[in-house]
Amino acid sequence: MALVGYLIISLASLIYVGRADLSKKVYAATGALCGFIFMTSVWPRGAEILTIELPLGVPWIGMHLRIDQLSTFFLAVINLVSAAASVYAIGYGAHERHPMRILPFFPLFIAAMNLVVLADDAFTFLWAWELMSVFSWALVLTHDYATENRFAAYVYLLMASFGSLMLLMAFGLLGGADGTYQFSSIRGASRDEWKAGVALILVIFGVGSKAGLVPMHIWLPLTDPAAPSHVAALMSGVMKKVAIYGFIRIVFDLLGPPAYWWSIEPITLGAVSALVGVLFAIIQDELKKVLAYGTIENIGIIFIALGLSLAFKANGLTAAAALSFTAALLHILNHALFKASLFFGAGAMITATGERTIERLGGLIKLMPKTAILFLIASLAIAALPPLNGFVSEWLLLQGILLTPALPQWGLRLLAPVAGIVFALRAALGAACYVRVYGISFLGRARSKSAEHAREVDDWSLGAMLGLLIVCISIGLVPGLMIDAISPVTESLVGGRLPAQHFSQWLTIAPITEVRSSYNGFLVALFVVISGLTAYWIVHRLWPRPVRYAPAWDCGYVDPTPLSQYSASSFAQPIRRALGGVAYTAVEHLDMPKPGDVRVAKFGVEIKDRAMIYLYGPICAAVLAASNRLNGFNYLKIQEYLAVVFAALILLLLVVAI
Amino acid sequence: MSQTSLDIAQLLAGMLLLVSFLMLYQDRLSALINRYALQAIVLAASVAWQAYTQQAAHLYVTAAIALIFKALIIPLSLHKIVKKLRVHRTIEIIGGLRITMALGVFLTALSLVVMLPATTSVNAIDREDLAFAMAVVLLGLLMMVTRSNVVSQVIGFMSLENGLILAAAGADGMPLVVEISVAFSVIVAFIIIGIFLFRIRERFDTVNLFELDRVRGEKR
Repeated sequence: MALVGYLIISLASLIYVGRADLSKKVYAATGALCGFIFMTSVWPRGAEILTIELPLGVPWIGMHLRIDQLSTFFLAVINLVSAAASVYAIGYGAHERHPMRILPFFPLFIAAMNLVVLADDAFTFLWAWELMSVFSWALVLTHDYATENRFAAYVYLLMASFGSLMLLMAFGLLGGADGTYQFSSIRGASRDEWKAGVALILVIFGVGSKAGLVPMHIWLPLTDPAAPSHVAALMSGVMKKVAIYGFIRIVFDLLGPPAYWWSIEPITLGAVSALVGVLFAIIQDELKKVLAYGTIENIGIIFIALGLSLAFKANGLTAAAALSFTAALLHILNHALFKASLFFGAGAMITATGERTIERLGGLIKLMPKTAILFLIASLAIAALPPLNGFVSEWLLLQGILLTPALPQWGLRLLAPVAGIVFALRAALGAACYVRVYGISFLGRARSKSAEHAREVDDWSLGAMLGLLIVCISIGLVPGLMIDAISPVTESLVGGRLPAQHFSQWLTIAPITEVRSSYNGFLVALFVVISGLTAYWIVHRLWPRPVRYAPAWDCGYVDPTPLSQYSASSFAQPIRRALGGVAYTAVEHLDMPKPGDVRVAKFGVEIKDRAMIYLYGPICAAVLAASNRLNGFNYLKIQEYLAVVFAALILLLLVVAI
Repeated sequence: MSQTSLDIAQLLAGMLLLVSFLMLYQDRLSALINRYALQAIVLAASVAWQAYTQQAAHLYVTAAIALIFKALIIPLSLHKIVKKLRVHRTIEIIGGLRITMALGVFLTALSLVVMLPATTSVNAIDREDLAFAMAVVLLGLLMMVTRSNVVSQVIGFMSLENGLILAAAGADGMPLVVEISVAFSVIVAFIIIGIFLFRIRERFDTVNLFELDRVRGEKR
């Protein structure tokens, strides 16, 4: 079992060497391997923890791998979605013009993510983390002929190095008593509270820059559109979850018993990310950017849940901690599933039409009916509508927030409701966002020539989406099974678990007690289906007149141009004006010709990220100014160079002497 | 180790440092080369004394290398080079001689302050020797910084290397491999710099660094 991680790496490198001419074969092999690892990770095998020590890596230290319940869960998430992405790529990859730019890195990227989850010492962890960054960076650079893609890769590399630096320093603080960096010795070491606190902050910055927490999110909306769709699905759906794995592993496992104030930063940053993410998502025109900002939003949700779990755990409320932790893990799985299928759908639309912005789509429901249905289910799931899986995890999170009055600390009792309000607000906005995406791109009339000539995509792509969505639906219908499957993980990390939900009372889930709250996905689904069928029957049988087909968005007039339809930016405008100021500055330009002038009137909006303006702008300016100052050092005389070195030496000696 | 042998070792190391000071304010090139030769002889004596007290035969080899190469071959060829370049009568202008000497004294004091507490675990002879050796290294660096003539910079570099050898010889037996590699690198540097000197001279008709800067397009 422990060898499996190793297997994928060796196999992946085999693929790398073996001049893969046929992308289909590579993707099929990768998919089969991922599927195999997924099967082995979900195979029931008791509560045993497997460890292995390999004589690789740093001399005399070796490489320690370990599989416990948490790793198993993440292995399952990673490999399930990766398998789907590989299957999707069998079809999607056929349209790739430079397949050799993706093929070698794709399996290696998946292998690196697996290795992160398996690592059991800091060196292996950081090494695998860096590999993950580098391979995904190479994948982002696939289409390097476009300037914005090169810029995206550059920003991504910068942020990734920043994150690794933070993690490196955090591990430096955490090192075990005897100076070793094995997780087992870090876990046992006792440390001062301030040390743990500083390490926590470093970890949040390190992990946040990989997971896309605001304000370390700026690379995410750049890289996801740049990467090919199946890679973007993995980066958005899985790699960020691996980053969260890093957070859980370090904070819940290695740092020891938490203090209550540890939870403040994850909850605050999570709430800010959730709100900023959704506010950006709702105004984007480019489909992949909408999805990328949606990822930021969902990462925020997961961090809120993890923060709450920390707060409960610090106060000994293990049942509530287990509830929030379950919500976080379930949302990790759910988001991986539906975000990946949404990216597959986006990729399908791009292959079918060649358009990347939804403003040029429209009416695709008639041309791509299968994609339309699958995309609709994924949108419903991500908008957290019952009876789908997104609702379950968000509902569990809300239950957790409702338990916060039990906390003794006033600060947390005030913070948690604010986070709850933000959470509820973004749930509504998120729903609006996916209504907009779906409505503009699938309904109405085609807004461009290419959207008129769209055709349904191949079966592989559809199959991959369908597979993930079946998992989504089944989690939504019988969430109790999934909660029971997660509970060993919560038990090992927060010391408690939810009451067993297994087939109790018509598949109802009751996280605390039945009296307090319960949810039954199956009954809701039944209700939705029955009421839907009844409505269909009423409309078709009881309505006196026959069904009449007419152009959509017609309003009774013959519409000369599809451009007069309700557009994506019109849909977003009220929300942008009302709430957008939280996340960005929007400047509207109106160029209205005088009467008598035959110029075309122009209206445009310029959106600027506040994090860009207030955080990264000054940093970039400072770096530029410093390098301008230091530029003089390039043109010194030999003696002056020597003098600089000499002065530095003397200065260091003085430091030693004093 | 007896008190006498300790005293002699410290005397030799102190002489090495003294010669470094002599080099620091010498502004005529031929005299500078002679002083470098003198330093090499003192170094050879010092290393030989170490070899005698430590009963380490390989240090005699080191001493012999110092004597043959650094005290004879390199100074002789430097003299030749300087004559060929026709700079042997040149008087080099060293800016702020008094400040340079004061800096030298400061550096010596600094190395004593740094080295003595840092090496409490080693025996007394090594501590003093290490402090002197470091002072010699720093003075060699100071010479490289203050001189404008390429030849004297080369000499500064080689005097720096003498300090390194002294430090290494004091440290209870240095592997010959290290010694040879250091010596070899110095000789390579000497040859390369020598060749470059002639090339520079051919091109620009001077070995003064100020002139070279002018050629590079720097404003003075």
